[in-house]
Amino acid sequence: MSIEHQVKNYILENFLFTDDQAALDVDESFLAKGIIDSTGMMEVIYFLEDKFSIKIDDAEMIPENLDSVSSIVSFIGRKKNA
Amino acid sequence: MCGIAGIHCTSGGAQPQRDELLQMAHQLRHRGPDGDGYFIDNHVGLAHTRLSIIDLATGSQPIHNEDRSIWVVFNGEIFNYVELRQTLEAQGHRFYTQSDTEVLVHLYEHYGTDFVHQLNGQFSIALWDQKQRQLVLCRDRVGILPLFYAEQNGRLSFASEIKALLPVLVRAPELNPLALDQVMTFWSPVGDSTMFKGVLQLLPGEMLIARDGTVRRQRYWEWRYPTDESYHCGTVEQQAEELRALLSDATRIRLRADVPVGAYLSGGLDSSVLTALICANGIQPETYSIRFRDAQLDEGTHQQRMVEHLGVPYHQVECSEADIGREFPRAIWHTETPILRTAPVPMMLLSGLVRTQGAKVVLTGEGADEVLGGYDIFKEAKLRRFWARNPNSRWRPLLLKRLYPYLEINPARAQSYSEAFFGAGLDAPGGPFFAHLPRWSTTAHCKQFYSAEFKACLNEDAILQLEHRLPCTYTQWHAFNRAQYIEATTLMSNYLLCSQGDRMLMANSVEGRFPYLDHRVIEYAARIHPNLKMKVLNEKYLLKRAMQKELPADILQRHKQPYRAPDIPAFFQDGVASEYVNELLSEAGITRSGYFDAQKVSFLLKKIRQGRAIGYKDNMAFVGVLSTQIWHYMFVEKHGRALINH
Repeated sequence: MSIEHQVKNYILENFLFTDDQAALDVDESFLAKGIIDSTGMMEVIYFLEDKFSIKIDDAEMIPENLDSVSSIVSFIGRKKNA
Repeated sequence: MCGIAGIHCTSGGAQPQRDELLQMAHQLRHRGPDGDGYFIDNHVGLAHTRLSIIDLATGSQPIHNEDRSIWVVFNGEIFNYVELRQTLEAQGHRFYTQSDTEVLVHLYEHYGTDFVHQLNGQFSIALWDQKQRQLVLCRDRVGILPLFYAEQNGRLSFASEIKALLPVLVRAPELNPLALDQVMTFWSPVGDSTMFKGVLQLLPGEMLIARDGTVRRQRYWEWRYPTDESYHCGTVEQQAEELRALLSDATRIRLRADVPVGAYLSGGLDSSVLTALICANGIQPETYSIRFRDAQLDEGTHQQRMVEHLGVPYHQVECSEADIGREFPRAIWHTETPILRTAPVPMMLLSGLVRTQGAKVVLTGEGADEVLGGYDIFKEAKLRRFWARNPNSRWRPLLLKRLYPYLEINPARAQSYSEAFFGAGLDAPGGPFFAHLPRWSTTAHCKQFYSAEFKACLNEDAILQLEHRLPCTYTQWHAFNRAQYIEATTLMSNYLLCSQGDRMLMANSVEGRFPYLDHRVIEYAARIHPNLKMKVLNEKYLLKRAMQKELPADILQRHKQPYRAPDIPAFFQDGVASEYVNELLSEAGITRSGYFDAQKVSFLLKKIRQGRAIGYKDNMAFVGVLSTQIWHYMFVEKHGRALINH
């Protein structure tokens, strides 16, 4: 399963509590849609660190890296290639 | 405290029968295990279950006036009854008991329905005037004691708890959708609504008068704040002294009882102040505290500090996660409404400790945060107003960190995201609910679990409805006072004093008394300037000043720690839920009640089992869904106490 699918399914199941793929677009902003708040973001960070074996620094916890499925996928790609 | 119930034929309804009153009283036995009493005539029936605290020998109710034309049943305490009795006797009234209850019938004779203004106390009252054929129901100013009623088939039935109404109502219990939506917004039903369709509650500070086939309700007291900057003008020292004197007197009259009076001691400022004031009144009270194994929640160190400082006897109950999971259904039986946190359950265990120690009255610190300005939500609002004025201030991240130092995972940790939480309503800092919108929008997360069918039943917006009921001078009050008002009239009266207060005390036949909610304290505090209630971000500043000579510095200076209890972990051991949790949250269980979406609930359970549900939102949603399912099972499906471990 691609990283995008894994991340999207995780967000769908754990924050929207559904498996309906149409419920979330990969470019949709979590903040703007009220899907994830700051506490939820800590959950996402734990998931990403655990699932993709990366370490996310405090300075990286910014919306540019984590506010949509597509931005997370890009961020993981950058972390893996770093 | 006690339990009261009754039936009044308002417009051609059937005469009340003794059997009906017995059934009602039976449901209130836990509120009054020491005896029961009844009055019945062609128009009204009154029932009372007694927890005897004042005048143990002759204080049985119902109680009547000299010519037996006025009868009363009463739940609560009139703390100024000694002074009222002296005045009434001087006016020629003759008493046949030593109880506080008897002042009610004589006051009513003297003042009519204005009698209530004379009372300093906590009460729900049902008074029958045979000559006028008038029934008067009355609830205390801030809602310490509950009083519910329903009108069906020409009868008005009333009771201290809804479960006592159910045997005499014709219609089967049904969920009130607006009330559930209020729970999922404000943590409890608000206004006069209850979880039961057709059952209403009298508002705090309200009176119901039934006469000649008509029923009307009127407010006799309401929270009020200055509209004209008419705050106290004395020095800080003078105001601190005045506040201390009032609190001391409020405590003194709440020590009146013919049984020992103890104190809840959490280790926080409010209960420490009360315990110190009790000692200053010449009594060393037994103290009672909750302990948690989780160091994040436990306040044992601070409790010990106060116990040593005051030299008072100390009793503690340790509350485990398993205790909470096991006792949760019993708590819902008593709250009669869903709840979003498990925090009431340890309070029920604490009142159990009091009872097993042979006591039945405690003083407790509820109301201090609302009356004197203690909540984090008031600080949040202050900071958010600062943000709105200074959007680029470099102080923002630092101030946020100061808000929640006691939380491991808190809204301020991921700073970039904290704006989403604290930013709610920043575009309208003058809006009526500016302080509360972030909390309410967090709580509303629970609503995503509603089923499509349930959503379709909702035709009123809970927040808009609340806005319609605001007092006409509300917008002229200081923003800090507006936040106090909302906190006092939503969370305090309907959750803290009810689900977490009266119901958890009465579950074990224990009476709580609340000195911070003495109306003299409230009315004085309303005129303390907000800058003295919270000096910059130092909460309850004037109270600390008032007590600085009597409390240890570390108690005065400790960061306020809200009372919390384990939520989701209480119901799962190694990812495995209790049997009743599995059953009620199964697809069949969820579908049967119909309020929630079974697939969404199953994804929440999966998240919990994987150990990923760590935030407040998921914790509140889980506890809210589970408690609604328990409520449905107990009251709509009529399984009653079947889930409760004896």
